[in-house]
Amino acid sequence: MEHKNWNGFKNGVWQDEINVRDFIQQNYTEYKGDASFLEGATPRTEALMKKIQALFALERQFGGVLDIDTATVSSLTAYSPGYIDKENELIVGMQTNRPLKRGVNPFGGMRMVRQACEAYGYKLSKKVEEEFRFRTTHNDGVFRAYTDEMRKARKCHVITGLPDAYGRGRIIGDYRRVALYGVDRLIEEKKKDKKTLETMAFDTVNIRIDEELYQQIAFLGYLKEMAAMYGFDISEPAKDAKEAIQWTYFAYLGAIKEQNGAAMSLGRVATFFDIYIERDIKNGVLIEEDAQELLDDFVMKLRIARHLRTPEYNELFGGDPMWITEAVGGMGEDGRTLVTKSSFRILNTLYTLGPSPEPNLTVLWSKALPDGFKRFCAKVSADTDSIQYENDDVMRPIYGDDYAIACCVSAMKIGKQMQFFGARCNLAKLLLIAINGGYDTTSGMHIGPQMPVMKGDKLDYDEVMKRFDVYIEWLSRLYVNTMNIIHYMHDKYAYEKIQMALHDTDVERFMAFGIAGLSVVADSLSAIKYANVKPVVDSNGYISSFETTGEFPKYGNDDDRVDLIAKDMTHKVITELRKTKTYRGAIHTLSVLTITSNVMYGKNTGATPDGRKASAPFAPGANPMHNREENGALASLNSVAKISYDDCRDGISNTFTITPQALGRNEDEIVTNLVGILDGYFAKKAHHININVLNRETLVKAYEDPELYPNLTIRVSGYAVNFNKLSREQQREVISRTFHHSV
Amino acid sequence: MMGRIHSIQSLGALDGPGIRFTVFLQGCDLRCKCCHNPDTWNMNEGTEISAEEIVKKAVRYKEYFGEKGGITLSGGEPLLQPEFVKEIFTLAKAEGINTCLDTSGAPLTQKVRDALSVTDRVLLDIKYTNDEQYLENVGCRMDRPLDFLYYLNENGIPVTLRQVIIPTLNDTEENIALLSEISHNYACVDGTELLPFKKICQVKYDNLGIEFPLAHLPEPTKQQMQLLETQLMNN
Repeated sequence: MEHKNWNGFKNGVWQDEINVRDFIQQNYTEYKGDASFLEGATPRTEALMKKIQALFALERQFGGVLDIDTATVSSLTAYSPGYIDKENELIVGMQTNRPLKRGVNPFGGMRMVRQACEAYGYKLSKKVEEEFRFRTTHNDGVFRAYTDEMRKARKCHVITGLPDAYGRGRIIGDYRRVALYGVDRLIEEKKKDKKTLETMAFDTVNIRIDEELYQQIAFLGYLKEMAAMYGFDISEPAKDAKEAIQWTYFAYLGAIKEQNGAAMSLGRVATFFDIYIERDIKNGVLIEEDAQELLDDFVMKLRIARHLRTPEYNELFGGDPMWITEAVGGMGEDGRTLVTKSSFRILNTLYTLGPSPEPNLTVLWSKALPDGFKRFCAKVSADTDSIQYENDDVMRPIYGDDYAIACCVSAMKIGKQMQFFGARCNLAKLLLIAINGGYDTTSGMHIGPQMPVMKGDKLDYDEVMKRFDVYIEWLSRLYVNTMNIIHYMHDKYAYEKIQMALHDTDVERFMAFGIAGLSVVADSLSAIKYANVKPVVDSNGYISSFETTGEFPKYGNDDDRVDLIAKDMTHKVITELRKTKTYRGAIHTLSVLTITSNVMYGKNTGATPDGRKASAPFAPGANPMHNREENGALASLNSVAKISYDDCRDGISNTFTITPQALGRNEDEIVTNLVGILDGYFAKKAHHININVLNRETLVKAYEDPELYPNLTIRVSGYAVNFNKLSREQQREVISRTFHHSV
Repeated sequence: MMGRIHSIQSLGALDGPGIRFTVFLQGCDLRCKCCHNPDTWNMNEGTEISAEEIVKKAVRYKEYFGEKGGITLSGGEPLLQPEFVKEIFTLAKAEGINTCLDTSGAPLTQKVRDALSVTDRVLLDIKYTNDEQYLENVGCRMDRPLDFLYYLNENGIPVTLRQVIIPTLNDTEENIALLSEISHNYACVDGTELLPFKKICQVKYDNLGIEFPLAHLPEPTKQQMQLLETQLMNN
């Protein structure tokens, strides 16, 4: 197939089938140089960004939410077009009719929308209440099917953060398809798929797919309408870089208008855009300054994307995040790097527009990345604390070279795989429930298999493990079944029509489970094994605290005695999860990631044998517990690197904070050593790392006087936040984390 | 063989070229007034550990070392345990790990010379540039580091000179000029680092119940350090 807008592109199978990867492989230009070609912000960009900064300041003054449209249910064509400054915008499109004004999206659940409106001084309109009176939401569906035990597990917080009252997210549409093919071609292909179904048996599986295809096709139509409202016809392929970015953005915009998923990630667009930019530069219609402007404008749009959330939601996912994750860099399967000039340009937005948590820029790191790019990434990290790194050498063999990251650490082939998000279970709490024979001291609830409270003056490692196994087995089954209900209902009542329209019809699904409190469990079990842990029984006969005497190895010191306990624990959990069948044949995966919920998980967990006090925060993700690392930064990294990606295919998050002084005496040393740390850590087959280069004092100052640092951005757990948007409690926890410093 | 160490820092970015696995050895025979590790003085404290164990640990960090990094032995004064140093460095070199010794210089016994034979680089503290201040603030003559440096030069071992800049004691142009002179006189010296005097060690002194002799002096300002560094470069 040919199209005039494809002139200048090399031919390939991408023309005859929907195959963005092939288009990229045939047409991209690798870049192995340094950052010296980059341009700064133009006066236009600066003026526009100033307007956005003013809106951000206003949003802060209004308590975090600038405005809510309580009368319109968010969808692709629900709002009239909105602009920041119509004449000066290069890329257009707003979620509602005004920047930072949030829409309501009750498909996930009404209660959450009502509460969110009320929390910010609004009331959901009668109109929307009426519209949904006889409509089943995802939340309604889930609670019709939940068993008593599932409700209990949720209530006592042994499983928390489940997407049962809002959009599940963590689905990445291949938004690039709209730019490369135009919407008409995509509709045509989906119609073909629907036709193919006619030749098959109409069983439950195929009827569902058939209806989904109907919805996908309808929503591709709405996407065209939405673009038309802004004066664009996106039925044909984009003809230049500006259109390619605009078309892709429209596709993403359609997704976030339709869905309020927890994480609405972008994918891997920079190198795709670069092909159009290179073609325009070659044709003499674009110069470097223009290219940077286009990306700046695109990124500005991403920075003002918002969803309406409740304060309780913010407790789990602090900082008002959208996880607009963009995967940058990486290597190709043929050995060429996928780094292009636009990989630099998108990172450069952290300079042209200033540091920011969104988009969630994620560098796919490989030993083989060009040195110029590695050094630029390290410099950006040191200057802005805004990027994270994930191991391309570990993921590429599994997902190929056109995968992206959903949310923080969830890899998937773009447009070919999706996941059913499943938050996480609290493993530390489960250990306490096991020791108490099915009683949760924090909530006072009996849950799980009932047996006697463990007896004796000293906990015995083998006995504890034997019992823990029973409870892991019980929780795993419950967890999978709970997830099955959630995702059955989400598909039924809040299906992601536009995002799934931008996937292959025959999509592979993951079911992503998670654990919190891994380091607490590892250290607790280590204490039981190597020290003396005496259970303290309260007046009700339950073990409510522990007296731990003697030394025990602690996770975070590169000590196999305890690190392997952590590693074995993840293996045990995923093995148990796999024993229960999933909805739609999804592949079980596991993450060690907590977002900011490590504070909340800790709050709901009693004292643990490792010496952690009741209610004290957990370490985030797979991090060692704060300040238990005694052998410095690399020992801590080595401990985390031992957790196997084969057991945790949904990601292993590590958040690493180091003072600039500990990295070197000048920028050159800091950059060189940071590159060395990343090369070493990932050579150890570690999966993920957030890098912060800063001093504790900066955070303390920002805590005491938020006005001093309105844009202070830090990486927390798989994503970055504006420090000021965290709750006071979350801020204190971040300040208390280990800062690796020079001795 | 066994030796005594104070602690291990798996990420040393300031203790030699590249990323270093740094081991602080226990024990020191000097009593520098500016010492920031008084807890390493006592030869009988610290942890006993074998050279094999240390190298086994260091090997776990090889991926981070890159082309320049490696193991650094610091202290205390590592050359108070010269055989231990020699053993660690010999085993490290067998693993292809670069070796670096952070020392204030020690009398050149045969054991010390043996240790230096497996040392790839020395970070040599030149604390002052005159004998009076050495006697007053360090507790030895200036000949000790200078003889040591002479030996390193004779044997072609690359050296980085280091000096802690302490306001009122050595923050003078005269001192920097003398330090430059030393570096120029010995071909083995390929770099000189000035480190700002820090007082965060006060806590350590308090914990040990001993007085920090320089508690009354201020830390140098950034500008002061930059000025001296510029002078050093221009000399």
